[in-house]
Amino acid sequence: MSVVFELFLEFALLAFVAFGGATALLPEMHRVVVENHHWLDDTTFTHLYAIAQAAPGPNVLVVTLIGWKVAGLSGALAATLAMCLPMSVLIYLLIDRWESFSGKRWQKAISLGVAPLAVGLVFSGATLIAQAAQFGWATWVLVATTVCANLKFKLHPLYYIAVGAALGLAGLV
Amino acid sequence: MTATDPQTPSRPDLRALFLGFSSVGLSGFGGVLPFARRMLVEQKRWMTPEEFNAQLGLCQFLPGPNVVNLAVVVGKRYQGALGAIVAPVGLLAGPLAIVLLLALLYDAYGSLPLAQGMLRGVAAVGSALLFAMAWRMAMAIKDKAVFLPFALLTVAAIAWLRWPMPIVMIAGLVLSGGAAYWKLGRK
Repeated sequence: MSVVFELFLEFALLAFVAFGGATALLPEMHRVVVENHHWLDDTTFTHLYAIAQAAPGPNVLVVTLIGWKVAGLSGALAATLAMCLPMSVLIYLLIDRWESFSGKRWQKAISLGVAPLAVGLVFSGATLIAQAAQFGWATWVLVATTVCANLKFKLHPLYYIAVGAALGLAGLV
Repeated sequence: MTATDPQTPSRPDLRALFLGFSSVGLSGFGGVLPFARRMLVEQKRWMTPEEFNAQLGLCQFLPGPNVVNLAVVVGKRYQGALGAIVAPVGLLAGPLAIVLLLALLYDAYGSLPLAQGMLRGVAAVGSALLFAMAWRMAMAIKDKAVFLPFALLTVAAIAWLRWPMPIVMIAGLVLSGGAAYWKLGRK
């Protein structure tokens, strides 16, 4: 089986459980791409995440970058398509019937039930990046400061990214 | 109603869908959904706020990138199957080109110590933004005593035990969704 095809299948499967978007998938993409298939190493994985953070566009593009690193242009397109296509087709078919099941008890139960799972996934994604990048104490100080500042002030995330890039360039974190 | 009535949505053609969603895709960092709302409801007035909220419901209910789902819905609504393809392609084409350009730069210069340091700093801030996002999402949950334990279980299963996510999500949905179903029935 070619790598591109395998990548497509792995990511298409993940599309069905991507509650919370591509961000929530970080831990699982790491498991598949780094731990199971050894397509990438830890450092490259965190670098790709950093690039996706610093670029404009939907969060899903981290998937594109991983695809690119694994198998070039066809990998990038296959990974992106795999992540977007299954739910796009489903939503195309379901949207006209949404009114008929929106507000039903089971629909509300799933929405309420998924929320804490998404919290857990995003939190796990954050710890995963910390682990893979092997944060030292100075890095954790930066992380803690950024978390507090982000929760307290309404600054554009690009400011924090610029600060992170500058501190990294200076070799401080 | 007159043409200037803010409640009157206009009907975009394929070109307008492509360009409209391109501008959305290129304007946001770390999530572009708020920009999609601004474009659709306030600038182009293709949808009323009520319509937007109703359509967003299914996009957020289903897994996957919400804003891609939203582009499919809006595209289908105005231009059928072709619109459902053109809108998400418009959304992703620009950012995809930029990200691939950055990937080329990374391939060429990524091994330089300066680039490595910079990416390390950005990754640190990136993980901090995720921690903050998880915190905000957790605070938005009602009935924290019932539901936050499921967030902890998810972290234990995914980050600590490293179980495969599809299995964790199915089990989590049964447990957490079951708890929600039970709670909804008691009201």
